[in-house]
Amino acid sequence: MTGTTGAAIGLGKDLVGLEDLTREQIHAILDTAEPFKEISERQIKKVPVLRGQTIVNLFFEPSTRTRISFEFAEKRLSADTVNISSTGSSVQKGETLVDTARNLEAMRIDMVVIRHGSSGAARFLADRIPSNVINAGDGQHEHPTQALLDMLTIRDRFGSLEGRKVCIVGDILHSRVARSNIWALLTCGADVAVCGPKSLIPHGIEDLGVSVLSRVEDAIEWSDVLYVLRLQLERMESGFVPSLREYNRVFGVKRSRLEHAADDMIVLHPGPMNRGVEIDSDVADGPRSVILPQVTNGVAVRMAVLYLLAGGRPEGAEAAKAGGA
Amino acid sequence: MRPIVLTGGRLLDPSQDLDEVGDLLLQEGLVEACGGTISGPEEAERVDVSGLVVAPGFIDLHVHLREPGGEHKETIASGAQAAVAGGFTTVWAMPNTDPPVDDPAAVGFVMAAGLRAGGARVSPVGAASWRLEGEVMTEVGELLVEGAVAVTDDGHPVWSSMLMRRLLEYTQTFGIPVLQHAEDRELAAGGVMNEGRVATVLGLRGIPNAAEASMVARDCQLAELTGGHLHVQHVSARESVEQIRLAKARGAHVTAEVTPHHLTLTEEAVIGYRTEAKMNPPLRTEADRQAVCEALAEGVIDVIATDHAPHHYEEKEREFDDAPFGIVGLETALGVCRTHLVDGGVLTLSQLVDRLSCAPARIMELDGGTLRRGTPADVVVFDPDERWVVDPARFQSRSGNTPYAGEWLTGRVKRTFVGGRERYREVSSAETRSRETSTRGG
Repeated sequence: MTGTTGAAIGLGKDLVGLEDLTREQIHAILDTAEPFKEISERQIKKVPVLRGQTIVNLFFEPSTRTRISFEFAEKRLSADTVNISSTGSSVQKGETLVDTARNLEAMRIDMVVIRHGSSGAARFLADRIPSNVINAGDGQHEHPTQALLDMLTIRDRFGSLEGRKVCIVGDILHSRVARSNIWALLTCGADVAVCGPKSLIPHGIEDLGVSVLSRVEDAIEWSDVLYVLRLQLERMESGFVPSLREYNRVFGVKRSRLEHAADDMIVLHPGPMNRGVEIDSDVADGPRSVILPQVTNGVAVRMAVLYLLAGGRPEGAEAAKAGGA
Repeated sequence: MRPIVLTGGRLLDPSQDLDEVGDLLLQEGLVEACGGTISGPEEAERVDVSGLVVAPGFIDLHVHLREPGGEHKETIASGAQAAVAGGFTTVWAMPNTDPPVDDPAAVGFVMAAGLRAGGARVSPVGAASWRLEGEVMTEVGELLVEGAVAVTDDGHPVWSSMLMRRLLEYTQTFGIPVLQHAEDRELAAGGVMNEGRVATVLGLRGIPNAAEASMVARDCQLAELTGGHLHVQHVSARESVEQIRLAKARGAHVTAEVTPHHLTLTEEAVIGYRTEAKMNPPLRTEADRQAVCEALAEGVIDVIATDHAPHHYEEKEREFDDAPFGIVGLETALGVCRTHLVDGGVLTLSQLVDRLSCAPARIMELDGGTLRRGTPADVVVFDPDERWVVDPARFQSRSGNTPYAGEWLTGRVKRTFVGGRERYREVSSAETRSRETSTRGG
């Protein structure tokens, strides 16, 4: 199966980002994820869709949630998986990314799921090996499967993405999640805004077609969907914000701020959360939170991406999960 | 040494407002006669250069020859050969080698290796501070005795305002400039490309224009305060242009250079994480590109310098964040500038020769940059209309890291003479083929 493509919906060999995907392609992935949701609810959570395929999860950055989500998706589709993390790998001995990849290739693998700290690393790898490459987050560039699962979660709640008002709150500058969501949401006709301290809003973001809100209260009032990003401790250390306490006071999403929110407004977070910093527990665990449904959807979306890149067709997903792969 | 008569070429020498068909006699290392029909001494070699431009050899005030310490990227010998292949007869070698050229012995090494190279004249530029650390001034006078022509911490800025002041004062003793790589290290920290829309999309850390322009502004103030000669290297930002324009208007001794790539490319070249478009200062926006083009045409920016920065293939073949800054420029400068600036209506061909040759000689008070009788016989002969494809595999340089690979350019160096000796002649299997297919203009 090496080198097969997501031909059915024109994805090509890889999923590196959402910037260049069409609305039809995004919806096809989400539609394909729908039937896969049910597999995770079964007693025996396994279908033979990717039986005999070898997938390498190549993680150069620490990740728990994304890696486990991919691994569940792979295993529930019956693929054979190997996990490689940067600690203990040859990377520490000075091996280049391209050599690591070629060595894996020489062991005849079918797909690579890569997480890497450098923007562009997934594209770099995809251009140099014939296996399918799925970007599980590259630097501050893109994290496409995260945005897809977010889209699926929003769609579950609202039925469609068209015209939906989504505001992403927090550290936009360093966020690959924000970039992937911006591309996909805009492509699907949503109205997108970002909100955060100006020091964490990247230059030229308006040129992408998003508006910038400077007060979180305005963001809450405006939104159908409030997407809260994690604020990393190191942002304080490098002087982007003076303290986490102050960040919480000015930008923290908490129940006392939700007064003017629309009745059906929902709150998303890509995890892991810093409770008491960007989001308080009274919201994270409250009725508007769809944070756990996001995690559930993550597995289904990743199954869909794996299935499509392996050559599956969206309309075959229902049959595939019934065991007729 | 046999005299040489170049016959029937288009003598193009802006230093004497010369643009006419005629002969040029090179004898005993000097231009012996320029213009008209020259019979020359009997033993002279006669070279027919009709249809070609004969111009004063180009002078590049900014190259990295990497030796000592980076011989896998370039050596003084290979760099000097790359220079003549690009029509350059003099290059100023930057001191950020390993170890840096910060003491007299190191200057002597570069001088000697340059003489042995048998290519372009290699002029060492000494470090401005010990170990390029920006703290202790080097023995500027001692460096000059061994052959240094200027000082700089290029690769790094002289970040200390006080050291910059002292340098601009002290160098006046010797009448040499301080070349400054203007960059506020804090504003630029961690940056790998221009700050703006493209960096935001690619998720790469940006370097704002202000990182350059704020230091240019400070340096201009210090040049005005001290009366020293500040030369601003590789100007990339439109705000820097404004600072230089202002300083010149106020009478400060400020000169500036711009690279062919900042004149012709923008940040868009980085899209796709192309490491061959990663350089420092970074490629900027179209507005910046137009500003440096206008400044060059007006003379606010004085010269074109390549910032020839060779890197080994494997060093560039990696994640964008980890790839080194810089591209090679010596062997593409004429073609890139001829194609994009002359055909693009920015400069006339005569102005291009001025910015590549006469102007560097003028601002640095060098012998050269002219075809006047009695000056060093440093001459380039080029075909202004020959079209060719950039193929890094054919470079004389040890490195081929260029964003122009595969591009069709117009304007090709045919011969280069240094001190009256032919140091380069194009021998190309493609020569006849491309000559046949090219459209020959007048």
